[in-house]
Amino acid sequence: MRRFMPFYRGLWRLLFIFSGLLIAWQLIISLFDIPPYLLPSPWQVAKQLTLQWQLIAVQSVPTLMETLLGFVFGVMCGCSAALFLTYVKPARLWFLPVLLISQALPTFVIAPLFVIWFGYGELSKIITCVLMLFFPVASSFYDGLRRTPQDYLDMAKTMGASKARVLLRLQVPNALPSLANGLRIAATFAPMGAIIGEWVGSSRGLGFLMLNANARMQIDMMFAVLFVVIALTLLFYFAIDFGLRRLIFWQSVN
Amino acid sequence: MLKENGIELDELYLTYDNNVIFNNFSLSVQTKQWVGILGASGIGKSTLLKAIAGLISPELMNITCQGEIAYMAQSDLLFPWLSVIENILIGYRLRGDLISPALKKETLDLIEKVGLSHVQDLFPPALSGGMKQRVVLARTLIEKKGIILMDEPFSALDAITRIKMQSLSAQLLKDKTVLFITHDPLEALRLADVIYVMQGSPATLSKPLVMQGDKPRNFNDSVLLSLQAQLLDQLGAQA
Repeated sequence: MRRFMPFYRGLWRLLFIFSGLLIAWQLIISLFDIPPYLLPSPWQVAKQLTLQWQLIAVQSVPTLMETLLGFVFGVMCGCSAALFLTYVKPARLWFLPVLLISQALPTFVIAPLFVIWFGYGELSKIITCVLMLFFPVASSFYDGLRRTPQDYLDMAKTMGASKARVLLRLQVPNALPSLANGLRIAATFAPMGAIIGEWVGSSRGLGFLMLNANARMQIDMMFAVLFVVIALTLLFYFAIDFGLRRLIFWQSVN
Repeated sequence: MLKENGIELDELYLTYDNNVIFNNFSLSVQTKQWVGILGASGIGKSTLLKAIAGLISPELMNITCQGEIAYMAQSDLLFPWLSVIENILIGYRLRGDLISPALKKETLDLIEKVGLSHVQDLFPPALSGGMKQRVVLARTLIEKKGIILMDEPFSALDAITRIKMQSLSAQLLKDKTVLFITHDPLEALRLADVIYVMQGSPATLSKPLVMQGDKPRNFNDSVLLSLQAQLLDQLGAQA
């Protein structure tokens, strides 16, 4: 049970920060007398959440699906790119700029294009998500693969190992802690990618809900959905983090 | 004619950063002989071993190795994601060789010989320095190569553990040809049949110091201790 202790402590800290922010929020509203159509009180947001929870829950499903699929495909694309760059060294010079371009593209500008190209449905959102995750995953994994200690490679060479097996048995496991950092970033980006994709054009999802609430000046609804998005992102992050800690068990031994 | 598991190195010429490290350097190691090379850090001892192991390509080298080489690097180099037994068999995994039941049994016997049976399923971060070194020894042995190159194999261990590891290695590697480098005169005196001191730039070897008697030699033997003093003087004189 000991290994879960830091997690519980983290949870308490999170609750503490959360309630602190709520109190500060309420204080600002009371002190400056801000009208509800500019900034609703936590109480109003909570009311919206309880009233609209069914609608929000239903609309969370497509967003969650897009997040999950976007994460899976984004990680697959990023990892393949990193493996390719490591295995085929000459490709590096040609492919590295492509990697950078993928990150330089402003997502908000390119996302509407995806809607035009890939339609109103889930696909365009998943692709937006993949585009956002590709770089952090590819660069962190590639970095880890590149940093294989020379001693490991020397030993493998004296043992007569093939290049592919060195990559699979030594370089990949050695790069996992580095990849994990990229995956943690990706876990927080993935819901954002789905929401951005929905925001620029969709007929369902939490992004769609927020877009509607925004257009109708339903700021309390907007905030209510925002809370759900934050909660889902945190949940997704902690789930990924938990999985990674178990997978890369040798890092937490010390 | 060179016998099985011997090394004959000639005309080694190697530069690094425009410095000539070796110029017309030669060394020979006979079958089942243990050769220890002593020298200060940075003189090119590790480079020599790497050249023999084929890890670096010198500008010029004339080498004959009758037999296959296993190389034990300076650090213990265990993989933290593999258990002790998986670490020992990593060579087979890296070559894609089949791990037969016979090999598995041999490995388990070897693990028992090096005294690691109780930790064979643990992972390296849970092991002490001496245990890690035993894993490395077992991994080197299971490779079944005739020639062993060791680069300061026990330098990271405390004095007592180092003495124990030297004895264990001498016992388990007694049928192998061994070329090792060290900066510890006592280690060379306990383990080597022939000791060279490496010095200068480009590096040269001193006259061989030929040792008698079975290895590992007793570390409180008076002849050994006076030779240790002599070697320390010799090493100190160059520094």
